[in-house]
Order: sequence, then C-alpha cells, then structure tokens
Amino acid sequence: MADTMAAPAKVAITLTVNGEQRTGQVEPRTLLVHFLREGLGLTGAHVGCDTSQCGSCVVELNGASVKSCTVLAVQADGAEVLTIEGLGRDGAYHPIQEGFWEKHGLQCGYCTPGMIMSAYGLLKRNPDPSEDEIRHALDGNLCRCTGYQNIVRSIQYAAQLMKDGPTAPVATSAD
Amino acid sequence: MFPNQFAYHRPSTLEEAVGLLAADPDAKVLAGGHSLLPAMKLRLAAPGALVDLASIEGLRGISADGAVTIGAMTTYNQLVDSDELRARLPVVAEVAAGVGDPQVRSLGTLGGSLAHNDPAADFTALMLALGADVTAVGSQGERTIPADEFFLDILTTALGPDEILTAVRIPVPAGRVGMAYQKHEHPASGYAVVGIAAVLALGDDGTCRSARVAVTGCAPTATRAAAAEAALVGQALTPETIAAAAQAAPGGLEITGDLYASAEYRSHLVTVVGRRVLEQAAARARG
Ligand SMILES: Cc1cc2nc3c(=O)[nH]c(=O)nc-3n(C[C@H](O)[C@H](O)[C@H](O)COP(=O)(O)OP(=O)(O)OC[C@H]3O[C@@H](n4cnc5c(N)ncnc54)[C@H](O)[C@@H]3O)c2cc1C
Repeated sequence: MADTMAAPAKVAITLTVNGEQRTGQVEPRTLLVHFLREGLGLTGAHVGCDTSQCGSCVVELNGASVKSCTVLAVQADGAEVLTIEGLGRDGAYHPIQEGFWEKHGLQCGYCTPGMIMSAYGLLKRNPDPSEDEIRHALDGNLCRCTGYQNIVRSIQYAAQLMKDGPTAPVATSAD
Repeated sequence: MFPNQFAYHRPSTLEEAVGLLAADPDAKVLAGGHSLLPAMKLRLAAPGALVDLASIEGLRGISADGAVTIGAMTTYNQLVDSDELRARLPVVAEVAAGVGDPQVRSLGTLGGSLAHNDPAADFTALMLALGADVTAVGSQGERTIPADEFFLDILTTALGPDEILTAVRIPVPAGRVGMAYQKHEHPASGYAVVGIAAVLALGDDGTCRSARVAVTGCAPTATRAAAAEAALVGQALTPETIAAAAQAAPGGLEITGDLYASAEYRSHLVTVVGRRVLEQAAARARG
C-alpha cells in the first residue's frame, strides 16, 4: 500500500494568509485546514465533519468561499487565503463578528468561524440579502446548537451595520 | 482524515498533463477536488499521483458562436454568474445554482462532474437532454464524444486513462424550445434521489417536434428516458399527454434501490418529477 512506501518529498509552498506571506513544507496530501491550524497556528478554521458537509472549516481562497478540509495545501500554493483571524482590524471586531456577539449567534461556538466566513462570502456578493438568501448562503454550514435563527439575525444585523457604517467588508487583494 | 501518499503535479500545459497521465497509469486528474478528495480521504480512491489542471490556460470560461462552449475547469459559480448562459441557456445556470452548497460551487467544475459520472450528478442528465458534445484530449489527439456515448456505467465514462476532458459544447436550439431540470433531492446531501432534465421543441402546429428527456439518481448512470420521449413526440402538450408521458417514463430504465430509496419508490418519483419537469419545459417552450 502507498502508506508503507517512502513518502514523496515534502513540497515548499508560499501563500498569502490574512495579508501576510507565509511559507511551509507540506506533504502533498496535507489538507489546507491542517496546514493553517498546525503549520501556521491559525486554529480559527475548525475541523468538524471532515467530509465537506459541515462548513466549520470555511475560509476564502483567492476570494472564493471554500471548505478548507477539501482543498490540498499544495493547491493553495501562490494563493491568497483569508481566515477568520484576518477579519477583525486593529483590535476591533468585523461587523459580522459584532453581529454574532450582539444577536447571540452562537452557543458552543464550534461552527461560528465557518458561519462567519460564509456570511462574509455572501455579503461580499450581495450586501443586502433577504432572509431567504441568507438561509441559502448557509446551505453548507451546520449548527447543532442554536437552530440558525439567531445566526440569520446576526447576519442581518451585520448587513445593516455595514450599510450604515464606514467599514466596508474587508477584501483580500485577490478580490 | 487524510488521503494516502501521492505525488502532486501542476503542469501549465495540456500536453504536459497528458504526458504525465500517459506515463503513470496510477495518476489521476485533479479538478475542483470535490468528488476526488472526499473519496481519497475515505481511502475509496488512492491514486499514486495527482495532475492538477488548475494552472492550464484555456480550460476555464464560456464562449458562444452558434453553440455555447464551456471549458472543463469552469466552476459552478462561474456558470451561475455567466451573462452568456443567462441569455442563451439559462437552464445551465439554474442547474449550477442547485449543486451542493456555495463552497462546493466555488470549486466544483463542470468537467469534473461529467468525468466523475456520479450516478446522482445533476449535469450528466442535463448534458444528455441538451445533446451536448464532450471534447477530450489524450496522447492520441483530440476527439469529440456525444453525451449519448459518454456516460457508460457507474463512475465510468468513455474517457481513456490518459484523456482529459477539455470542454463541453452545447447546441443552442432555435425556435420554440423549453428546457428544464428538476430534482427530488436528498434532504441532507442535496444530491438527486431522482433528477430529470427535459428539452422539448414545438413545431409550427404547436405539437411536440422533438423531446429529449434524461434521468439521473436512479440508475448506475444517467440515461435517456426513451419511453417518455416517444410518448411526447407528435403530441399536443396537454396536461393529459404530459401525464401519460410521465407515467411511461420509468419504462425501460434500470432503476435501482439503495439505502435512501427503494427501486419502487424511485420509480414512483420518476413519474412525479417527470410530470413536473415536463410541465415546466412545455410552458417554457410555449413562451
Ligand atoms: C458536500 C457536497 C455536495 C455535493 N452536491 C452535489 C449535487 O447536489 N449535485 C451534483 O451534481 N454534485 C454534487 N457534488 C459533487 C460536485 O459537483 C463535484 O464537484 C463534482 O462531482 C466533481 O467535480 P470536481 O471539479 O470537484 O472534480 P474532482 O473531484 O477534481 O474530480 C472528479 C473525478 O473526475 C476526474 N476529472 C475531473 N476533471 C477532469 C477532466 N477535466 N478530465 C478528465 N478527468 C477529470 C478526476 O480524475 C476524478 O476522478 C457535491 C459534492 C460535495 C462535496
């Protein structure tokens, strides 16, 4: 079996994560979420189901919302990645984070980084979503505590805040 | 979960990619990775090498002359956002919007879906109904394969081991034509328990001039529903003729049962989804 064979050499990768250039040596089979968590110490993206269903590992890759458990770290070589850690600026929460705080959009918190990153992907494409559009945008995220109600309210709150306030959604340079 | 060890290649030309596949029978193409990587994590697939198509120019994008050509690496979200498709083949954008979830649509590709040929994939049925042609490039050169000859069996297509699907060419039918796709989806996975695509054309006298109906989700591979098609051609598309065609639709299909649905239930769903999608296609054809 391939497992017992000599491992292929590690591959050097360079990517921009939350605006900073980062490098690493990874096996080709290393998943992006593991590289972020274990290679870079960015533990915001969670491993939940590990089968591309639950969305707790959502990050942005070159401006697209992706599940980082279903992307190889080598695929992200040369790419721009934005994780939950890159949303806040200068010690202040991003409006979506503020929404989840204000509207009680979490209970255990496990799904929260993925929920927030999916909401970020939505609000970038559609700054004024209907409730229905918000629910559709969360199709790839599972929450087992709150029943989604407050998550939807949090995103509505954030959308309003971003419309009123000076803070436009933070964009990666790849957008 | 993580896959077996493998070597990773990201060639920048199609020739290089074909060369890598031809040289290593254990190598596999990587497109969006949203069927392949989950299978590798479950160790259902363990290729020795992956040939990532991401850096090859010209495999992404949508262009139109008489027909619409879609590059294999075009993602679902690019199909959803395409003005060209919205204007000329809106059903393609509609179906793309219903695949998986937003993150699956960010990375999953049309070429990957067709090459993978999941028995419950949406686009396999749609390409059959649209009468699309698949273009493939391998060490023997380029060839065109009609959709009707492309999907062979479960997870099996007409592609050779060193062939890369490069594009799909979809004819844009003229005249009064209605196209639609509907699926009864599994509530958790979103995959089709039964999905049916229909393309109906009306003649000058208002009767059905041609019908292409294809079913996914209920057999080892998507297939045309010949009995439904035969029941429609030459008929005025009334609620009665449509109901009769839907009732005939399961005839001749190799409908299978699994843990989600028995063959009997699926057969029933073919008649229900069939009636709905034929009504929708007929209404669109009438304009
Ligand atoms: C959570 C989830 C939900 C999903 N829901 C749906 C759904 O509702 N409907 C649906 O239809 N699909 C669904 N899918 C599957 C999704 O559409 C996949 O993206 C698609 O089936 C494969 O495309 P890919 O680009 O990801 O291909 P990959 O996973 O990269 O490749 C799949 C296979 O095709 C081969 N291949 C890929 N591209 C080429 C090419 N150009 N030439 C030759 N061979 C190639 C690969 O070698 C591999 O064997 C879902 C997937 C997930 C993870």
